[in-house]
Amino acid sequence: MTTNDENSAGLSRRDFLKISSIAASVPLLTGPKTISVDGQEVVVHGPGPVPVALTVNGKRLTGQVEPRVTLLDALRAHFDITGPKRVCDRAECGACTVSIDGRAVYSCTTLAIEAQGKEIVTPEGLGEGERPHAVQSAFVNNDAQQCGFCTPGFTVAMKAFLEKNPHASDAEVARGLAGNLCRCGTYRGIHGVVAQMAGRAPKGNAGTTIIAELGTSAKGGA
Amino acid sequence: MAPTDKYSYPSPEQRDYIGRRMARVDGLPKSTGRAKYTYDYNPKGLLYGAFVRCPHAHARVKSIDTSEVEKMPGVKAVEVVQQPGSEIHWAGDEIVAVAAVDEPTVRDAVRAVKVQYEELPHLVIDSDEPPRNLPPDTSPLSLDDLQGLARNQVPGAQVVKEINERGITFKPEEASLDRIPPDIANAIKSAKQKPAEKKAPSWYKPAAAETQGDAEAAFRAPDTVVSEGIYGIPVIVHCCLETHGAVAEWTDNDHLLMHASTQYVSGIPGQMAEVIGIPAANIREVQENIGGGFGSKFGPDRWGIYSAKLSKRAGGAAVKMMLSRAEEFAVAGCRPSAYARVRVAAKKDGTLTAWESFGWGTGGPGGGGSPPIPYLIRDRIPNYRTQWTAVVNNIGPARAWRAPNHPQACLITMTALDDLAHTLGMNPLDFFKKNVELTGPRANIYMDEFPIADELMGWSKRWHPRDDKTPAPIKRGLGLSMHTWGGRGHQSECDLTIQPDGSVTIKIGTQDLGTGTRTAIMAIAADTLGLTPQQINLLYGDTQYPPSGGSGGSTTIGGVSATTRRAAVDARDALFAKVAPTLGATAEQLEAVKGQIRVMGQASKALSWKDACAKIGGVPINAHGKNLGGRDPLMNSGVGGVQMADVSVDTETGVVKVNKMVAVQDCGLIISLETAESQCYGALIMGISYALYEEKIMDRTTGQMLNANLEFYRLARIGDIGELVVKMMVNKYDSRGVIGLGEPPVVSPGAAISNAVANAIGVRVPMLPLTPERVLAALRGAQKGESA
Repeated sequence: MTTNDENSAGLSRRDFLKISSIAASVPLLTGPKTISVDGQEVVVHGPGPVPVALTVNGKRLTGQVEPRVTLLDALRAHFDITGPKRVCDRAECGACTVSIDGRAVYSCTTLAIEAQGKEIVTPEGLGEGERPHAVQSAFVNNDAQQCGFCTPGFTVAMKAFLEKNPHASDAEVARGLAGNLCRCGTYRGIHGVVAQMAGRAPKGNAGTTIIAELGTSAKGGA
Repeated sequence: MAPTDKYSYPSPEQRDYIGRRMARVDGLPKSTGRAKYTYDYNPKGLLYGAFVRCPHAHARVKSIDTSEVEKMPGVKAVEVVQQPGSEIHWAGDEIVAVAAVDEPTVRDAVRAVKVQYEELPHLVIDSDEPPRNLPPDTSPLSLDDLQGLARNQVPGAQVVKEINERGITFKPEEASLDRIPPDIANAIKSAKQKPAEKKAPSWYKPAAAETQGDAEAAFRAPDTVVSEGIYGIPVIVHCCLETHGAVAEWTDNDHLLMHASTQYVSGIPGQMAEVIGIPAANIREVQENIGGGFGSKFGPDRWGIYSAKLSKRAGGAAVKMMLSRAEEFAVAGCRPSAYARVRVAAKKDGTLTAWESFGWGTGGPGGGGSPPIPYLIRDRIPNYRTQWTAVVNNIGPARAWRAPNHPQACLITMTALDDLAHTLGMNPLDFFKKNVELTGPRANIYMDEFPIADELMGWSKRWHPRDDKTPAPIKRGLGLSMHTWGGRGHQSECDLTIQPDGSVTIKIGTQDLGTGTRTAIMAIAADTLGLTPQQINLLYGDTQYPPSGGSGGSTTIGGVSATTRRAAVDARDALFAKVAPTLGATAEQLEAVKGQIRVMGQASKALSWKDACAKIGGVPINAHGKNLGGRDPLMNSGVGGVQMADVSVDTETGVVKVNKMVAVQDCGLIISLETAESQCYGALIMGISYALYEEKIMDRTTGQMLNANLEFYRLARIGDIGELVVKMMVNKYDSRGVIGLGEPPVVSPGAAISNAVANAIGVRVPMLPLTPERVLAALRGAQKGESA
């Protein structure tokens, strides 16, 4: 790490001090250390768990997480927020996409400790309360999903994409949504989502769907 | 027209949901991130499991030392999977299983296990042509050999033939005869028992040649046009976005709760009981959603078994074992490769007369199945001679991949026939039409579909002979292919309950892979009961509900549809009997329409659904549905589909771009039109992916996979698909009943795209995927040929 600004590792000096004081009161935890590298001060966290506070979907969540843990794994394993999916775990597929301060980000290549102090929105928090976001409804209307494992990440990426490109052309879609991968092959429906959100006439077969808000009437298992 | 009875599906004018574009019922939970998958189960006290894996493609385990790991803080259970002395046949095979309190700890623990190996010679390349004249293996079959045949989906008839001809080395009672198909069990019972023969180890397992008519004579016949070529399609990987895995938890000392990511919920207990050592009745599998299977998730696998074993050892705490992406690529399934040298002949008028092929391919240690070549026409082409050699190698085990053997057989056959059409100077559409009778019972379907595809693609207007003559470096071309698949419904049962307050529950042990199974069940129940889907509660994906078969072979839609229809009709008729006196009619005169039970033809004599159900009394109505299997007229088998591709090829860079694809598809009676169309769109996209990008690339020296990630194992992205047009044959073949659709549309794209590329650039690129390197090599080869 070469940067030495206040936000290295995504932590402000103030947060760092705050965390240090918490860490000091919790035995078995390794608090952040400052070491000198190449004449510069570098903050080293861990290797043991450190206290982490995240703001997710408007709620403040706190826990003990090793510094090497990604935001994705922290959300899924520590806070049971499982909308972001782990698929490639190395920024190739987009299934883990969340919004951080309004930007679509791969949470598999963001450390949990880096995401502190920022507004994180997962697919679960895209809509308002129980009401889905219009993008999420459009995924249903256009049947832009099959197994659905890529879908939550796609919805977050789509929302961010449409905010920048409300009237995206097919070429812009091809480039702007190329960071998300679907194996079942739902891209045609995803083009339909863009068209619907942009108010364009739906292509091909879309538009005759019987819309049924059936979210809770089919339940697997117990 | 099939005879109708009270269970027959409603006619088009009586359908509100069946055959229409009803939004999938699992849509919103998925798009809002609330749908739960195996990967998402986080029970209290969850432990994380992982495997120590063999880094060598072929090795023997010399020693295992777990002492350090067992002392590591946070490690809760260790199980040796393969003991010292075991022979390992692929890189990544499981050696030791470990569970720990969290994922970072278990990854550290896996690194701390010490295993020593003796490396053995390996083979991971399969595209090199095997020697021709190897004698077929006539040695008697061991149990291992038989399991290898089963793993590789060798057709039952062929297994029976091999057992009869080769005999067996084991006692019939050693095979679990009650668990295997009766024809194979009978063959084992009557097989000759012979001593095991010492076999020289060989990478190759040649099968005896199969013949029909006299191919040699047909090739030599006067006025015969012959085309020759080599064609192939490599091993590819399923790439389920949700990797394989399971969460296991002992709810008490002898009851196991499983969340395996599976295409066969009802089958998990039976596949685990013996190895775990408890009755199947004590094992419960629950799965709400599955993040892709494509044929690779039928068994509990090692991760299912060892999550349960580690959980037991850790005192019953839940253990989650999900594969990493790299592990998924290494061990969780390959589609077998297929390559063939082909000669094919026709009369000058285009009438096909003879086929000859020498083919080979691998499915890893089992060798792989033998594709049904020549595809579609095998039963009726007058003369053929085919030979197949399985390559037994160390790339990892094969698994069924969406339409096993068909995409391979289709690619080899339809490209060879397209080359023959070119040699004959014929438009391939005319050539395929001319020979359509060779496809047998589905010839009429293809003939119905050809003109539709022609119109949607503009084939007849736009087709040109091979080699686009435009001077620009980007050449454009059209190609076509056709396919079939069985898809008869599997065994499936359900319970449909109508409560006196009017609420309705369906319980069915099936799974929904995202193909639309839930939506289809809802559509049928709603139309039968005259309700909306919102009024029906569907419970599924749990072994506590009536069993259904595995979702493989496109068997789910036929099975669950017939079962749901039968249960719903019986429940509805029981309700009619209860309310008939009130309406002053007989039960036979009643109908259930738009939330009412009413007298047919007298709309005023009606009760609302709720008032009608109030007549049920204290005990709810329950109807058990069970389809009638092979004799059920509500389901059928054998679909037909035609696909066309329009591509551009940059002859300077070798890059192929799909401009447009057209799929015209039959599946008998369509239950859920929107999800049926989605199956076809998805299949076209998956087809573009394997035609242009996908290949499991192995390193000859290390025996490891080189591209075990989603960057270098490339899959189609949203910019790669061009324009996709799907036309379902709606209301055309309803009387055939319901036929499965998941697999057939993925069969043709490879052949259609390869044919379009040949049409564009004037030469065949023999092997998929059609990468820039292969396209440029084919173009260079053609230039050399011209200058020579």
